[in-house]
Amino acid sequence: MDYHQKQQSPSQTLPPDHLLPVLVIRSPSMPPFFFFKSHLQAHFHLLDPLDASEPAHSFISRHAPSVLALLCVGNTPVSSETLSLLPSLKLVVASSAGMDHIDLQECRRRGISVTTAGHIFSEDVADFAVGLLIDVLRRLSAGDKYVRSALWVAKGPYPLGLKLGGKRVGIVGLGRIGSEVAKRLLAFGCNIAYYSRKEKPYVQYPYYATVTDLSTNSDALILCCSLTKETHHIINRNVMEALGKEGVIINIGRGALIDEKELVNFLVQGRIGGAGLDVYENEPSVPQQLFAMDNVVLAPHAAVYTPESLEALQELVVGNLKAFFSNEPLLSPARLE
Amino acid sequence: MESNNIGVLMTCPMNSHLEQELEKRFKLLRLWTVRDRSKFLAAHRNSIHADVGNCSVCANAELIEALPKLEIVASFSVGFDKIDLAKSKEKGIGVTHTPDVLTDDVADMAIGLILMVLRKFCESDRFVRSGKWKKGTFMLTTKFTGKRVGIIGLGRVGMAVAKRVEAFSCPIGYYSRTEKPEIKYKYYSSVVKLAANSDILVVICPLTEETRHIINREVIDALGPKGVLINIGRGLHVDEPELVSALVEGRLGGAGLDVFEHEPEVPEELFGLDNVVLLPHVGSGTVETRRDMADLVIANLEVHFLKRPLLTPVV
Repeated sequence: MDYHQKQQSPSQTLPPDHLLPVLVIRSPSMPPFFFFKSHLQAHFHLLDPLDASEPAHSFISRHAPSVLALLCVGNTPVSSETLSLLPSLKLVVASSAGMDHIDLQECRRRGISVTTAGHIFSEDVADFAVGLLIDVLRRLSAGDKYVRSALWVAKGPYPLGLKLGGKRVGIVGLGRIGSEVAKRLLAFGCNIAYYSRKEKPYVQYPYYATVTDLSTNSDALILCCSLTKETHHIINRNVMEALGKEGVIINIGRGALIDEKELVNFLVQGRIGGAGLDVYENEPSVPQQLFAMDNVVLAPHAAVYTPESLEALQELVVGNLKAFFSNEPLLSPARLE
Repeated sequence: MESNNIGVLMTCPMNSHLEQELEKRFKLLRLWTVRDRSKFLAAHRNSIHADVGNCSVCANAELIEALPKLEIVASFSVGFDKIDLAKSKEKGIGVTHTPDVLTDDVADMAIGLILMVLRKFCESDRFVRSGKWKKGTFMLTTKFTGKRVGIIGLGRVGMAVAKRVEAFSCPIGYYSRTEKPEIKYKYYSSVVKLAANSDILVVICPLTEETRHIINREVIDALGPKGVLINIGRGLHVDEPELVSALVEGRLGGAGLDVFEHEPEVPEELFGLDNVVLLPHVGSGTVETRRDMADLVIANLEVHFLKRPLLTPVV
């Protein structure tokens, strides 16, 4: 059956049998009614192994011949093993900015297209990064705690924080998110520099060829790069030492960009000034030693979760699937190098 | 006049660097350390030539009257609502404050408060530290980029806030006593109109008779259940009981407050709300800025006693 010839217009509300099938891959810990499910169900026949009564493996195998498209919810892994169960697969639709949970190499080998969440999250993530930086430097979350515990009355003035203006901010990864962060921080009078795999020709910020060099010349590092083999633990002991004991690290990328054990040691020993973290190596586990620290702000991987971003994601996911089934150009294809 | 004999009265503890520098140059008298203040002032009335205060206690009419040799009031703040300007003028007393050096910090904090309220940093930090993340996901929060920001008072700090807000692609409106034709932001002739057309309202005008309770029930209603109030001005800019009931009843979407009517007392009804961020008046609270403010206070006192023009007089 050639779906491209037999496809129905997705905008009509048709019974499931007439809608094009899309396999949903989501991990059991995710809420069963992931937010765009109802919207998708109006357009596509969702095949969700976790909703089936039979084991996932046999459900997938049974439907495999008709599955051309797969929707990956959040950062549920799409491994080569999963892909090997789907011989007809031609498209993987991701619903996150990061791609590190999808075997992109295998997709490339098989000629499977992959779509990303594109740049729809960039503003929210950049806003979040700036918020974390201000929070850590000015100790705002800790200040709020101080007031709510009636310590302002009991102990008097709150300890001073550090000024943001004039700080040297090093952006690790100057993609869309990194650029949006830089643009915002310029307005606060920060001095921006960056590290990237390659120097970017039309960028006005100073470039450093290694993260350690960037770190030596920065008061704060903001991690905005994707997680790959090369960037795993890119923030290691050397980088943290170069940053110094007043230095601050903000991570809105992926937990594994940082050697988390080392980070905790540095923070506990006061060898680094502070950290604002939205991501961790083993979410939702967060190193307990951080809980008592005032110079650390902890967020639960929340940077993209606004109604605005999620609505935009919904549109993009549906848009990519529709484009695929209509044989039109994908809206946000990933570059599979 | 021998420098070390010049009495300088400091009204309350505000900065140890400032105290140290004052002690090097003058005879520093710490008002907060004595039990009987009137007796103390009476005993030193002829040797006190300068008063150093801040936004809590500075120079009201009573204090000015008690110090017949007072020549200069130097406030460790940019606001001067705790100084009786009329009385000072009447007595020929110079008044200085600390503008510009703290502009960036206060503006940074305004944006910090906006992000804290909209993205719920305090609440999500508590969520992680309490172990709740292991049991479920955090709620959705509100996007900041692109939201309509209304600024009450477009002075130094107001303009600095606007500059930062522009980087988040937010449309900006303002209210001011008079329209500023050279400013590209949209002018609203009343605070209520500004509130009705804003998602986030920032208070950053000076506190005067006219601006007392400039945020009242009408303004709060206009801002509405999705609107957010950010106060980095003075506690008295806001009708605090009205604000509290609006927040508790959900008639106002949220608030980020650095100032309160009776600091350090903060209405306890706010403690249980997750759409409110409460800070202990830390707008200029950085090591760097407080040092700069202290240096400016000292510099103003020095030029005064050298009979040179004041550096940052209150105009």
